[in-house]
Amino acid sequence: MQEIKREDLIAKAAQLLADGTVDRVIGWKKGEFDYDVTPAVFTSKEELENEFVWNDFCGANFSKYLRKEAEKTESKAAVFLKPCDTYSFNQLLTEHKFDREKVYAVGVPCNGMLDDSKIKAAANGISSVSEENGKVAVETLYDGKITLERNEMLAERCVNCKSKKHVAYDELLGEDGEVLDSARFDEVAKIEAMSADERFAFWQNELSRCIRCNACRNICPACTCEKCVFDNPDSGVENKAIADSFEEKMFHIIRAFHVVGRCTDCGECSRVCPQNIPLHLLNRKFIKDINGFYGDYQAGAEAGSRAPIVDFTKEDLEPGEAVERGGENA
Amino acid sequence: MQRIGVFVCHCGTNIAGTIDVKAVAEALKNEPGVVFSTDYQYMCSQAGQDIIKNAIAEHKLTGIVVCSCSPRMHENTFRKTAAAAGLNSYMVEIANIREQCSWVHKEMPVGTEKAIILGKAAVAKVNLNAPLTPGESPVTKRALVIGGGIAGIQTALDIADAGFPVDIVETKPTIGGKMAQLDKTFPTLDCAACILTPKMVEVAQHENIRIFSYSEVSEIKGFVGNFDVTIKRRARYVKEDLCTGCGACTEKCPQKKVPNEFNLGMDNRRAIYIPFAQAVPKVATIDADYCTMLKTGKCGVCSKVCTAGAIDYQAKDEFVEEKYGAIVAATGFNPISMDKFDEYAYSQSKDVITSLEFERLTNAAGPTAGKLLRPSDGEHPHTIVFVQCVGSRCAACAEKGKEYCSKICCMYTAKHAMLTRDKYPDTDVYVFYIDVRTPGKAFDEFYRRAVEEYGVHYIKGMVGKVSPEGNKLKVQASDLIAGKQLHIDADLVVLAAAIEPDKSARPLATMLTASMDTNDFFTEAHPKLRPVESPTAGVFLSGTCQGPKDIPETVSQAGAAASKVIGLLAKDKLTGNPCVAHSDENMCNGCSTCGNVCPYGAITYEDKEFRMPDRTTKMRRIAVVNEAVCQGCGCCTVACMSGAMDLKGFMNKQIMAEVDAICK
Repeated sequence: MQEIKREDLIAKAAQLLADGTVDRVIGWKKGEFDYDVTPAVFTSKEELENEFVWNDFCGANFSKYLRKEAEKTESKAAVFLKPCDTYSFNQLLTEHKFDREKVYAVGVPCNGMLDDSKIKAAANGISSVSEENGKVAVETLYDGKITLERNEMLAERCVNCKSKKHVAYDELLGEDGEVLDSARFDEVAKIEAMSADERFAFWQNELSRCIRCNACRNICPACTCEKCVFDNPDSGVENKAIADSFEEKMFHIIRAFHVVGRCTDCGECSRVCPQNIPLHLLNRKFIKDINGFYGDYQAGAEAGSRAPIVDFTKEDLEPGEAVERGGENA
Repeated sequence: MQRIGVFVCHCGTNIAGTIDVKAVAEALKNEPGVVFSTDYQYMCSQAGQDIIKNAIAEHKLTGIVVCSCSPRMHENTFRKTAAAAGLNSYMVEIANIREQCSWVHKEMPVGTEKAIILGKAAVAKVNLNAPLTPGESPVTKRALVIGGGIAGIQTALDIADAGFPVDIVETKPTIGGKMAQLDKTFPTLDCAACILTPKMVEVAQHENIRIFSYSEVSEIKGFVGNFDVTIKRRARYVKEDLCTGCGACTEKCPQKKVPNEFNLGMDNRRAIYIPFAQAVPKVATIDADYCTMLKTGKCGVCSKVCTAGAIDYQAKDEFVEEKYGAIVAATGFNPISMDKFDEYAYSQSKDVITSLEFERLTNAAGPTAGKLLRPSDGEHPHTIVFVQCVGSRCAACAEKGKEYCSKICCMYTAKHAMLTRDKYPDTDVYVFYIDVRTPGKAFDEFYRRAVEEYGVHYIKGMVGKVSPEGNKLKVQASDLIAGKQLHIDADLVVLAAAIEPDKSARPLATMLTASMDTNDFFTEAHPKLRPVESPTAGVFLSGTCQGPKDIPETVSQAGAAASKVIGLLAKDKLTGNPCVAHSDENMCNGCSTCGNVCPYGAITYEDKEFRMPDRTTKMRRIAVVNEAVCQGCGCCTVACMSGAMDLKGFMNKQIMAEVDAICK
């Protein structure tokens, strides 16, 4: 259950449209199913009242839409940002990916979003999903109504939420939260503890499911190249469609390397993956290593901050030491 | 398709001794693009270069590969050869089959196989080479000398005499360095002050020299010919332009208990002080750690007695920014700490001293006004033991001392021993040594005089232990030649402590991107042929920051460094390096990462209009490299996640082609 209500968001959006602060609002609307909430742009109060959605499935990060909207016209667009979205927002600003003047950011508190794949696993033939007394009520075609515990249906990135604090906004609805002490690196530690062979087998198993739909790349707020290395015949790693074991071996590793120090751990890659590959774990491994080697660094926590790997201080550890500390897991 | 010529050098037996050069030339004949391949005894010789020139003309070569020594040695030679034959200099690639191949392998088949692989990599690269044209950059005609000891002083004077402005940055309140603390200098026994202070005065009066004393370099940006340096002038709380150096403040200051670092803490000075009588600049400095006024706000005596009104308790650190064409490191040395050598009881007895402390004890301006008296009780010592190599040549005890020979100790110990015997003939003087090393003009004669004319007891062997007992120091030592243990009751023990580079050298090297050895001495561009230049262009080395040396050697090196600086500053333009970064604007997404990592500030960003496929236009932020400022370090190319940034002459494609050729 979200503490801020849909009506509050619509009222805020309508007000911003009415007083001319913005001429469009980026928000969510219902998709084919209740759990298929999708980003949308609204330009009038009527549109908002008819289609705007704010519920437990509004997980989508607006970064890519935001960039497009900010480029379109000279006028401002409003955008609703959950705490985790504000990190992507800052990271985009750091990399000059949109003009801050063209965006009006409204911070929205978030109580965690649900993972539709968890619900789909628990219920067959879902016709509608709603909230009832803090629980998730699912109407199904075959088994009638099923009630599920909300906590158990939370997306992994929300279970391990890193922050309820908004790090960027023009205006905040409701109360701001704190940066949390999450257990998000526990899963990485488990994989680190595997032997090299086990780890290889683990990732081969996961990555072999990749159908190379490129959804992870297309949603990733950090993927901002004008020409993707995988689309560029000059790069030497060009590979536009699934052809061989490239996906198992290289594609996701290269992608993880490309977003090192820039990934805010928003978890969108895993959310959009139709094959449920835990892609965020690759990025988290890098984040964990950077934290270990250079001290804690959270991409996007501060606009304009420099990731340790593209920064130099005299206190930086020597490369040899990094290799040594990596030990058997390096 | 390129038409490539391959030239394999024998380098006498340097290469041909471990590599079958004919087989290498033969194997590379079949590589893609290669139309000519040969070998010759000395490719860098006139005859060898003629072979290259003739082949370029005869076979219409578009690129050449020379399999020879390191490119640091002869890349330039062969570039000139190519240019003379009408080929662009940057169509030349060197395969290093000497330093990285023949010199590290013993077996001919192994060496030959590797040489062929290295040659193939170079051929693969040259296939993708493109002609490059270097740009030019201006030269700022001003030099910076970091360190104001005898090395820095001499370098600055020589540069200034040639007509170029020079700034000296010295951390201490005065220039003069270690030499100012010395008493007499070997082998001629001139008084150090008598020969140094006229030079210090000359520096002060030279119209081309500015002294930033009590200052340090806090930031260095830029590159050869165009360094931007920030100098931090520490607050001395005395206005340099007003202070007349009368010294009234230093006599009236009530804070009398400040250890005097100029006399190595063997006596005290005031909180406001002038380090020594001939200090340059002759200006007082307030020691903020001890000044009552600065600490508590109550006192102000110096301000009251100063008739010039020079005292300024509100002074703050100031930062000066200046441009320089060349930078000379002259940061000098210090004796190592004796903390780890407690067997000599340095911390237990005041009468165990270092040689530099001995210099102050015998100096007329020192704590005893030049009388050799024991620090503990002020008595005249009758038996003195000198211990050489304390911390030097310490291969077995590297954690305590230094592996290298400090070079100056044998000579100054002979000097100390001789002078003691000369002034105080009633004194017994022992010198314990591992070897006595006296290479240098009139050095051995000097040492012989100490032994033969002055009766100094030179004993081959080391002191094992010094134990203070009553007012004596029990010295236990071995005499290796007589093969016996010695027990000497000494009144004074003098330790010839090893010397090490000043602690400021390491951070300075980082700022300069100049390389250092494991002992923190600056590395030369070439140990024999370019001994006063750092491998970093525009950075030169003067004095002991490069390695242990005595005064004559330091002065010669200082002059040599100055001549290199003058040679650089005399040029109006420097030919740049065309191997610079270049951003593909179609790929660049303007993220600013390259600009952030660029150490030279060579990258700026601009908004550019692009035509889009749907006939609209779009403004996009893109990176632009200033080729005159770019030094081709390549940081940006690896940081660029879009792959937009590339380095001319070392394009990602070329590097990958080399890797592919090696891995094939």
